[in-house]
Amino acid sequence: MACNGAGGCQSGCYKDEETTCDQPTTAPSETDSKSSSNLCIKCKLNDVVSGYGGIDEGRFCADCFRSNLFGKFRLAVTSNAMISPTDKVLVAFSGGPSSRVALQFVHDLQERAHKNFEASRDRSLPVFGVGVVFIDESSVLPIPSHEMEEAVEVINLIVSSLAPPRKELHFVPIETVYSSDSSDGKERLIELMNVVSDPTGREDMLLSLRMVALQKVASEFGYNRIVLGSCISRIASHVISATVKGQGYSLPADIQYVDARWEIPVVLPLRDCFAQEINMYCRLDSLKTIKLSTCPSSSINSLVSSFVTLLQEENPSRESTIVRTAGKLIPFHFNRIPEIIDGNVPLATRRRQKRYNLKSNESVSSESFCPLCNSPLDKSEIVDWSNHNNCRSSDTFYTSCCSSCQFQILPSDSTSMEKFYTDLPHSMVARANKVNNDKLNALREQIQDCLLSDGEDET
Amino acid sequence: MEGKRSVRMCCLCNERRASLSRPKTLEQICRECFYLAFEDEIHQIIVSNRLFIRGDRVAIGASGGKDSTVLAYVLSKLNRIHDYGLHLFLLSVDEGITGYRDDSLETVHRNQIQYGLPLKVVSYKDLYGWTMDEIVKLIGLKNNCTFCGVFRRQALDRGAAFLKADKLVTGHNADDIAETVLLNILRGDIARLSRCSSIITGEDGPIPRCKPFKYTYEKEIVMYAYFKKLDYFSTECIYSPNAYRGFAREFIKDLERIRSPFSSLFILFVCLFVIHNHVIAYRPRAILDIIKSGENFRISTTTKMPEQGTCERCGYISSQKWCKACVLLDGLNRGLPKLGIGRSRVAIGCKEENESHGGKSIESKQCGSLDF
Repeated sequence: MACNGAGGCQSGCYKDEETTCDQPTTAPSETDSKSSSNLCIKCKLNDVVSGYGGIDEGRFCADCFRSNLFGKFRLAVTSNAMISPTDKVLVAFSGGPSSRVALQFVHDLQERAHKNFEASRDRSLPVFGVGVVFIDESSVLPIPSHEMEEAVEVINLIVSSLAPPRKELHFVPIETVYSSDSSDGKERLIELMNVVSDPTGREDMLLSLRMVALQKVASEFGYNRIVLGSCISRIASHVISATVKGQGYSLPADIQYVDARWEIPVVLPLRDCFAQEINMYCRLDSLKTIKLSTCPSSSINSLVSSFVTLLQEENPSRESTIVRTAGKLIPFHFNRIPEIIDGNVPLATRRRQKRYNLKSNESVSSESFCPLCNSPLDKSEIVDWSNHNNCRSSDTFYTSCCSSCQFQILPSDSTSMEKFYTDLPHSMVARANKVNNDKLNALREQIQDCLLSDGEDET
Repeated sequence: MEGKRSVRMCCLCNERRASLSRPKTLEQICRECFYLAFEDEIHQIIVSNRLFIRGDRVAIGASGGKDSTVLAYVLSKLNRIHDYGLHLFLLSVDEGITGYRDDSLETVHRNQIQYGLPLKVVSYKDLYGWTMDEIVKLIGLKNNCTFCGVFRRQALDRGAAFLKADKLVTGHNADDIAETVLLNILRGDIARLSRCSSIITGEDGPIPRCKPFKYTYEKEIVMYAYFKKLDYFSTECIYSPNAYRGFAREFIKDLERIRSPFSSLFILFVCLFVIHNHVIAYRPRAILDIIKSGENFRISTTTKMPEQGTCERCGYISSQKWCKACVLLDGLNRGLPKLGIGRSRVAIGCKEENESHGGKSIESKQCGSLDF
């Protein structure tokens, strides 16, 4: 340690150390002469493990692999100000490997924060809270009921076996998106999904509904962050499928570390981890995951993901190349955690909001969003409402959606469209109305000084 | 509903029998209406994008294949009908590939007479002193497409300059462009991704290039050539396995084919009824959607882009000290044909070329003609 400072001595010491620790390990096992090249490149002590794919395949031993993966997670969290001490974080847990690892890492982070809290004298930094949510989609997906029961049991076990601080667990059926507007939510949801005939459309619709459900749970229970386990492989597939669906404009919004276009910001701390690495982590630490059986899908999404998997097998850095390429597209203004300006927030929390790679000077601001998938709308998709005065609300809704949703999800004939519209959860309809009202209000503001009566509100 | 009627009428003119289902719209129309719709679409694209100015000298990159043959035919027809006032030329590149280019060049020679357009042929042998046959003999079937693509790009520009052309048009169709958008994402080539979907490229260069078929489906071009009985040459290049592009092509074909998850018998059944109601998930839009995405990508301005300069040796546009063609040629002439290919650093003071961040296996199959 001492000689690290003196430059001349460093190499000598290092060599000494290497020879001393190399000789005992290589001498007994003369037979495998390759063993020296199979040593972990980081600790240079243990043998590498392989089979986790990605750029680092076959370079680390199990321990260094673990800490490397956790390091990627922690870097994403700290450099994007994803979690600060006063936060309450909701982990969206599907039971799959990615969200399992996300849960584990968030838990590890919380545990460390808790230790620091106990050790610190003034206890000025509180420990962030963690909750877990599982969305039960069995009302619209053909999942056998016994499997669901089993999954619920396993999830209960997983969450309760995590060390304290205790994590609240929410089991939420997907039809909860209707909970505020009616009691027959399940029937309406099934009706709604039945109108969508295209398999890709059904998947995308379910994805949007899932996000509505997550937002609902988060805001009901006072969470202020939602953690998704989206890994680089998933994001790479999303880049390609969004391109294929013609969503080149809105694509950058979905693939950043932070997505704060929602009421509760959504964060993607596993954005730099490969699916294979995550599987490896689950295997090494024997983390239990669940896989619900669903019928094989013939959607664009599944075609794309098998295409990307094939490419990844042929070249282990392909997925990261795809995500890096798409990462050069300009993100939106909401792709960052909003700055805390409130003076009531403790200084320590504000200080924690480090932002290394946020380019705030260069981002696109978008005011219009598709009411269905909430993706920002391109200029050509924003409708001029001046000549759409007297049409039905279902038609208005149709025209205010993005062109991809119009083609992929929405029914083309107007009777089905009306049916679809009446079965939509209130929050999505409200989104569309909000957009229109905002526009009207903006117009009204411009002519405010010429209006005679202020209270007149004929619309 | 109309399944019983044996004779289906064209849904556009309702006068003649429908003889084809248009790939882009799935409308059932007759040949005459197809020709009209096809030509009119290209006319609209030429007009709305202001591709040409009256009096322009326009060189048509003609390989003798279906795309360029249809392009030459349609352009000369539109020029006549709509009176664009263009001077059209055919421009061919002779790569020197026996059994492929010599045959297709004969087709171009016939087209010259059939359409009455003057033809200029530039050959690799004259420009670079090497034919592709000789290059392949030296370097084998790996990486040969890099040479061919780089040389062709420059050869077309030199030929166009010889013809004193103001514009160079190529027959790249919508399928080609969609593939290129995908490939550039897969390869991480942000510079090319930003320009590959524009209809006019190289406006700052000596001769702008444009792609009037940018929104035209390959299938419709084949259909047009087939019904018009156009004289074209259809063989794959004998040296081009072009595996990676083929991979993307297959993927797009799969995308177009995506349907509901029913059994194949049921699909047959459904198709008979449903196609006419436009409810199936068949996605003829996949190609246009990819192009739309490509157009809507907004590249961050802080992204480092290769700077455009000129080659110190031949004066051609280049982002490096020497242009790629000169580097490759220098390698060939010095007996080091691997020079300038892949990751290897070039020994002559040129820095690494900009397209080296792709993976190893792509480089071995890459085709230099990705860029238009």
